[in-house]
Amino acid sequence: MTTSLSQAPASGAPRAYMLPSARRFLLWTGLVALLAWVLVPIYFVALGAFGGRTGVFRWPKSIWPSDLSVAPMMQFLNIEGVFNALMNSFIAAGLTVVFSILLGAPAGYALARYTFRGQNAYRLLVLLTRAFPLAILALPLTVSFIRIGLYDTPFGVSLIHTVLALPFAALVTQSLFMGIPREYEEAAWVFGCTRFQAFVKVVLPLALPGLAATAIFAFVISWNEVFAASILTVRERTLTAYLLKILSESPLHYRFAGGFILIIPSVLFIFAVRRYLFAVWGIASK
Amino acid sequence: MADIVIDHVVKDFGTFQALQDVSLVVEDGEFVALLGPSGCGKTTLLRIIAGLETQTAGRVVIGGRDVSGLTPRKRGLAMVFQNYAVFPHMTVFENVAFGLRMQKASTADVKRKVERAAALLHIDSYLDRYPAKLSGGQRQRVAVARALAVEPAVLLMDEPLSNLDALLRLEMRTELKAVLREAGTTTIYVTHDQTEAMGLADRIAVMYGGKIEQIGSPLEIYATPATRFVGGFIGSPPMNFIKVRCEQGIVRIGNITLPCPAGCEDMELGLRGEDAMIAADGSGIPFDVRVVEPMGSHLLLTGSINGQLARIVAPPTATINAGERVALKADPSRLTWIDSNTGRAVGRA
Amino acid sequence: MIAKRPGGLRRAILSERERPMPARTSWIPYALIAPSVAFLGALFIIPLVQTVWLSFSAGEGVSLANYQRMANDLNFGLAIRNTFLLTLVVVPLQVILALVMATMVSKLDKGRDMVLWVLTIPLGVSDLAAGLAWLSILQNTGYLNSALYALGVIPGPVGWLSQETPWTLFFGIVLAEMWRATAIVLVILIAGLQLIPKEFSEAAEIFGASPWTRFRKITLPLLKPSLQSALILRTVLAFEVFAVVYALGGRNFPVLAGEAYTWQNENQNYGVAAAYAVLIMAISLAATAVYLRALRTRPEQLP
Repeated sequence: MTTSLSQAPASGAPRAYMLPSARRFLLWTGLVALLAWVLVPIYFVALGAFGGRTGVFRWPKSIWPSDLSVAPMMQFLNIEGVFNALMNSFIAAGLTVVFSILLGAPAGYALARYTFRGQNAYRLLVLLTRAFPLAILALPLTVSFIRIGLYDTPFGVSLIHTVLALPFAALVTQSLFMGIPREYEEAAWVFGCTRFQAFVKVVLPLALPGLAATAIFAFVISWNEVFAASILTVRERTLTAYLLKILSESPLHYRFAGGFILIIPSVLFIFAVRRYLFAVWGIASK
Repeated sequence: MADIVIDHVVKDFGTFQALQDVSLVVEDGEFVALLGPSGCGKTTLLRIIAGLETQTAGRVVIGGRDVSGLTPRKRGLAMVFQNYAVFPHMTVFENVAFGLRMQKASTADVKRKVERAAALLHIDSYLDRYPAKLSGGQRQRVAVARALAVEPAVLLMDEPLSNLDALLRLEMRTELKAVLREAGTTTIYVTHDQTEAMGLADRIAVMYGGKIEQIGSPLEIYATPATRFVGGFIGSPPMNFIKVRCEQGIVRIGNITLPCPAGCEDMELGLRGEDAMIAADGSGIPFDVRVVEPMGSHLLLTGSINGQLARIVAPPTATINAGERVALKADPSRLTWIDSNTGRAVGRA
Repeated sequence: MIAKRPGGLRRAILSERERPMPARTSWIPYALIAPSVAFLGALFIIPLVQTVWLSFSAGEGVSLANYQRMANDLNFGLAIRNTFLLTLVVVPLQVILALVMATMVSKLDKGRDMVLWVLTIPLGVSDLAAGLAWLSILQNTGYLNSALYALGVIPGPVGWLSQETPWTLFFGIVLAEMWRATAIVLVILIAGLQLIPKEFSEAAEIFGASPWTRFRKITLPLLKPSLQSALILRTVLAFEVFAVVYALGGRNFPVLAGEAYTWQNENQNYGVAAAYAVLIMAISLAATAVYLRALRTRPEQLP
């Protein structure tokens, strides 16, 4: 862990351009290794996804792509239930975004702008959710969801995913709203806005990028969740639940195709919110 | 145009009393400064007038209308905030137009009024820029223009110049005075800077500890402070206070005697550094000089009178050295007498 | 969205004025948090209570029957051992790897954003997908075996993920977990590092502290709150681990959450599944409590 640290000259400034070339070389070698560590498994699962049956059983394998085509992927998508599962994943994740923002952002606003009795209790409730393996709480919900007709629906899945995303959304939006000076709102009130108008005209435009990042995180949380989705669905499975179900009986190249489809949206989303990543997690992990 | 009546306003924050029974009348078209150190309640009072804060007791009446329970937008006023609160996601034009748009003014009206306010504050050349591209002084102008554009009956300003650097502050002060005189708006201006208050205001309300200590014209407040606090807060250097005993209407300091108002024994003699003259004949209040600071326009002498700290202003050409003892004279009518027990001035009609 | 609160509550609020907002509108924050409180009540608190209740009810009355059945199950001991083993190995490795990543990234000027983006990609990858990605490497005819074959280490495809090779299976799961979840630790640590003013380390440097000393005496103590939250988050999630394991080894490597899933979905025995859930929750809470205590920081010690 400390190789790069202990090798920096004691008297030198710890900046890259000040490092002697040998240490720089070492630093970049390490970094390239780390980048490869992250990217190579994704590359291989992509090869598996587009290589089809023959690709999977080729022996020995070459790390270079050969015989790739979209046909195996299309084949996978045409399997009965796959496209439906994909849609269910999108629906559940979309609903999770809507619910966690609609429920979490007002709470975040209240925490940011008001001091009120019960504030600490509320904060404790939100933080408490973090000490629990939340997805496991889907177990008893099976029964009640069957009773009220939410079992085996993307809507029902999105509810439990919102439990995962809501505390996150509340904390992140809290700090988002705290970053918008109260004076802006007060100025809007003085110049003729109601509270609601002031929120819409002044706070919302300023909070929008951060809210979008929060929404994307909520989406990713739901998109990736396996346990609760598998417990709460039978026919209307999400993609993760579907893949888990077929894991033991489906051929490898289908599994890789499914894994690849699971990875892609997340990678794009993380790219979209990379500017907010650290701000958001810095807050959410307090 | 409107007058403002602040009627026995009290504000508690939990157990802390931010305002203790404050009353103040601001005439139509008058410019009143609320002046005091931080924590004196001046901003709280302003925010209560604006409706951003609700008083615990008392009323606020603007133009004969009791606005105590009304939200800010229904009070018909405009405000300039300490940090300007110029909306970053709107152009300068939209910022200045904000209040007019909320009043649903016609497009032509908005354009005309924005342009007039912008011209008044010399921001017409960057109306389509975003605030992020403006300097602090320019943002300040936008904030003032936004407030003036709605032609408010009442204008509230919360330390509007405190975030500017010294030179810009002086420039903006002069300009504000000219602009506001022309607009003729009833203005309440919160500041902790006495020169701002003295320079701008028709009247100053000096606040301390949640109370108004004194209301009066800048000259009155300077010349005849009503309390020890006002004397010490206004003026540079602050007024000197020398503990004396008043016996049978007479006070002795060194080898001179001064007549003092009757009524109490423990008094403090308030003497402005600028009012003291160095007596050529050596007879007067003895002053032991410890430090001499040449300030250009004057010499600032720090030393002691009867063992008590005092600061005296001397002409720049005077030849006085540290360690010297000089005698001071003062016009008795410019002396302030403070009752040590109450801290209030006594013996003044 | 905004509902009026009952009068009794409103009166109670009105007495509180310690805030810079008009007191007459004090019901607003309650209206704003009410929907989320109701939601968390319905879908967090109630299921929590239900789970506990369910785990203690078998047939008629309160009993420990479900727990007995859980403890007597063949896989129970294995699941406990495996879950703890995984957590104890994976979580510290993730923290160390994340610290290495953070230190290396902090030395970069250009390319920093790009490197960080790549290193945080796994943040968005589900444990199932991570398991599948590593399956493509570790399966019999996968890339690992191909590489070993090319080097002449093995004569042909070798199975690493079967019941007969529990340790290589375990090692594969560790790799996949490290690959997937180090990113979250990295992000939390970098967010924490950003809060530490550079001047502290620079001041220590002027007084002659070596880089290792600076790291140990300045950075690490100031990073403690971030480490704490990263550890809590990761540990709780590690006890929930399930899909990675299934993707790589099926049921060859029993873990607690997997057993809960099996009892619920395949055996349709909700009581025993609930007992597993309660066990996982109890372990998670205990771990959180340990971290909160062990990595306590007094607020006055932070910048």
